[in-house]
Formats: sequence, structure tokens, C-alpha cells
Amino acid sequence: MSQRVIRLQVNGQPREGEAPARKLLVDFLREDLGLTGTHVGCEHGVCGACTIVMDGEAVRSCLLFAVQAEGASIATVESLADGERLHALQQSFHECHALQCGFCTPGILMSMLAFLSETPAPTEEQIRVALSGNLCRCTGYQNIVRAVQMAAARMAGK
Amino acid sequence: MKPPAFEYFDPRTPEEAIGLLGEHGDAAKILAGGQSLVPMLNLRLLRPGCLIDINAAAGLSFIEMKGEELAIGARTRQRAIERSALVREKCPLLHEAMPFIAHFQIRNRGTIGGSLSHADPAAELPAVVTALGGTLILRSVRGERAVKADDFHVAYLTTALEPDELLTEIRLPVQAPQTGSAFLEVSRRHGDFALAAVAAWVRLDKNGRCEAAKLVLAGVHGVPFQSAAAQASLIGTTLSPGDAAQASRLIATELDPQSDLHASSDYRRQAARVLAARALEQAASRARMQAQE
Repeated sequence: MSQRVIRLQVNGQPREGEAPARKLLVDFLREDLGLTGTHVGCEHGVCGACTIVMDGEAVRSCLLFAVQAEGASIATVESLADGERLHALQQSFHECHALQCGFCTPGILMSMLAFLSETPAPTEEQIRVALSGNLCRCTGYQNIVRAVQMAAARMAGK
Repeated sequence: MKPPAFEYFDPRTPEEAIGLLGEHGDAAKILAGGQSLVPMLNLRLLRPGCLIDINAAAGLSFIEMKGEELAIGARTRQRAIERSALVREKCPLLHEAMPFIAHFQIRNRGTIGGSLSHADPAAELPAVVTALGGTLILRSVRGERAVKADDFHVAYLTTALEPDELLTEIRLPVQAPQTGSAFLEVSRRHGDFALAAVAAWVRLDKNGRCEAAKLVLAGVHGVPFQSAAAQASLIGTTLSPGDAAQASRLIATELDPQSDLHASSDYRRQAARVLAARALEQAASRARMQAQE
């Protein structure tokens, strides 16, 4: 199978790799670029675990081929923390106990990052609608909603 | 699972894409937003010989007025349509339906042309474009043709697209004066496919009586479902709650939805009837507000 060279920006760094056309972007990020923070869940766009931010928009990285990210600018969950200092979203999830096993968390964080940048002062209803594309099967959504509210307040305050 | 191997093309122009389609025909699939196609590949429900990725092809993403009609490029992202002030002003029914399509992450990639070409019977856009009386522009190396939405949706997951044709543009008549529209849906969870959905609009004459009406259902039939009898029953009425109930009963009696694991046939028929009545009442009240302005 013919390989293609893919050049893109990931978390502010220029990166390059080679992949066959059928390689999913999520697998490219994990296997070729070593960024295993992005999780692979259902592989058909339902669970949201693989959500990343591409060119400013939250998208499913299991529904994109790596070759389609040529020239794109991507942010994964690894971009959030500044060294040991957690991002306001991560800190709020930590404080509100908004994760248990953590499998869904990277996708939720990246979805909420994009959501809050467009809707900086969301209502609870808007948060719940925005969360509907990410499945969590253990924590329960109450604490996740609370964490997003806390993060929105903190991000607006800074 | 992972998708099967395929040959991959990423043409830079619609002409190049059409040329590739002409060459590969049935063996090719067009990759637009990929939000339905890639799941089918990952689940290996499909094994196309090649994918023609139109994401890098110029000139397929736009929202603009062309004469009296709103023209939308087939690869325009659903999210761009959702955010468009022009769509909100000219085709409020389309604007209202957009948030019902899956989740925002899906709408960020999903396209209007992809949804129409895939033709899932529970999808919102085929019903909305049918209700609006839209026209679809199909291009191939043989030329270009315009197909009315009514004729485009042929059967379950089947459209009038020939194997060598690419949907390039959707033309929508803008909402007329004294007209009100509404879109309503029932699904298990927000973002799920519709168990039943309804797109409706009504137009009033100068005496406040209905002079034109359209009622289209999704999720209850292989293609967007209409009832000539239901629509005709509204003409000349004042669109009272009783008139709306009567039209919704007429469309529901013609329906024979399939049962599946999400909902029984009876449940779907009942949901469709109730939604149709509500949508007609809402559309009528919006039309009256328009008429007062």
C-alpha cells in the first residue's frame, strides 16, 4: 500500500509522518506521533473519546484519515497542561471529581475547550447539549457539568 | 475496526473530481465530511475500490444568493450553515433544523451534500430540503442537470445520483412573506437519529387563510414522507389547532413506519402525528406574526 508523507502542526510543533491512506488520524496521532492522550473508543464517531481540535474546531479523529490532516493545525489533550500546571478545565475536572476511569476525559476536555471558546458564559442547558456528543459510562454527568461551569468561570476570570 | 484498503485521490477542483468519478464509477465513493462514510468503512460495511476526497477541491463550499434563490455548495459544513446569518434570514426552516443533526463535533465536519447523498431516512436535511422545494445540481463528465428534491430521494439510502455524478450545489427558494415554518423532532437522546421528525411551513393569504402548506416527515419511511391529502386539507383554513390536528391525522393514517429496536411502528406513527400537529400550529403562529409586521 502506498505511503503518503503527512506534515502538520500538532500542539504548536511541526510534525511529520508517513502513513497509508486508510490510517485513521487517531491511530496516526497515537502510533506514529506517540501522542497516546487521545483515546480510541467506538471508532464510529459515537463515543467522542477521540475528539481533538483541528483548525479551531472539535472533530472526531476516528472519522478522519491522517492524510486529510496534511497542513492542519491540531490540538490534543497533551496541549492543555503547562508543565506541571493543569489547564483550568483539567483543574476543575480534578476538583469536581468529574472523572473516574478517565477514558472519556481527553475527548470531553477537547470538546469543552472548543465549546467554551465559542460560548464563554454557557447556561447549564447549553453545557448539557454540548456534552451530548461525549459518552461517559462511570463518573456520571452531574460532576462533569459542574466542572465545566467552574472552568467557564475561571477561564472568564483570567 | 479499521477501514479496508482503498486507493485515495484528493482532487483540487470539482472538474478533476468528476473526471475521477467518470473513470472509476461504481468502484468509487465520494468522501466529503465522512461522518457517515467513515463509520461504514470502519465497520467494513463498505469496501470501495477508491475514495475521491473532495475536501481539497475548491469552489464547493459557499452560502450565497443566486438570483432569487439561496445557493449552498455541497461541501459546505453543517456547522457553517448553522452559523450563517444569511440562512437564518432567508431559510429559517433550515436554520432551525441544523442543531438537531448529531452533535456539534459531527456538524463541524459533516456537509449538506454528504447528508443528502447518503440519504439516511432518519436524517434531517433530506426532509428539510424536500419541504423547502429545493433543487439539487448534479454534475458529471456528461454535463450538468438540476433535480428537484422530490425526485432526488428514490428509496432507502438511494438517490437519483448516477455512479458518475457529483452533487455540487443545493438551491433553495427563500421563505416567502406571510410564511411561517417549524422543525420538530423526537429522538431517544439529543443528537440521536430521529425516531420521527417533521419539517413544515404554511403561507397565509391577505385574509389570514392558508394558501399554501408543506408537511414533510423524516424517520418514518424510506424517503421523506408527504401526504397530498394532508396538505390539501389545510388550504383555505385559518390553521386552527383543529385544522392542524385534522391534517396530522390524515398524514398519520397514510404512514406505515417500520418497527426496529429503537421504536415500534405504532410509536413512530403516534409521535409523527403529534409532532406534525405541533409543527403546523407553530408554523401558523409564526406566519401570523409575519403577517402582522
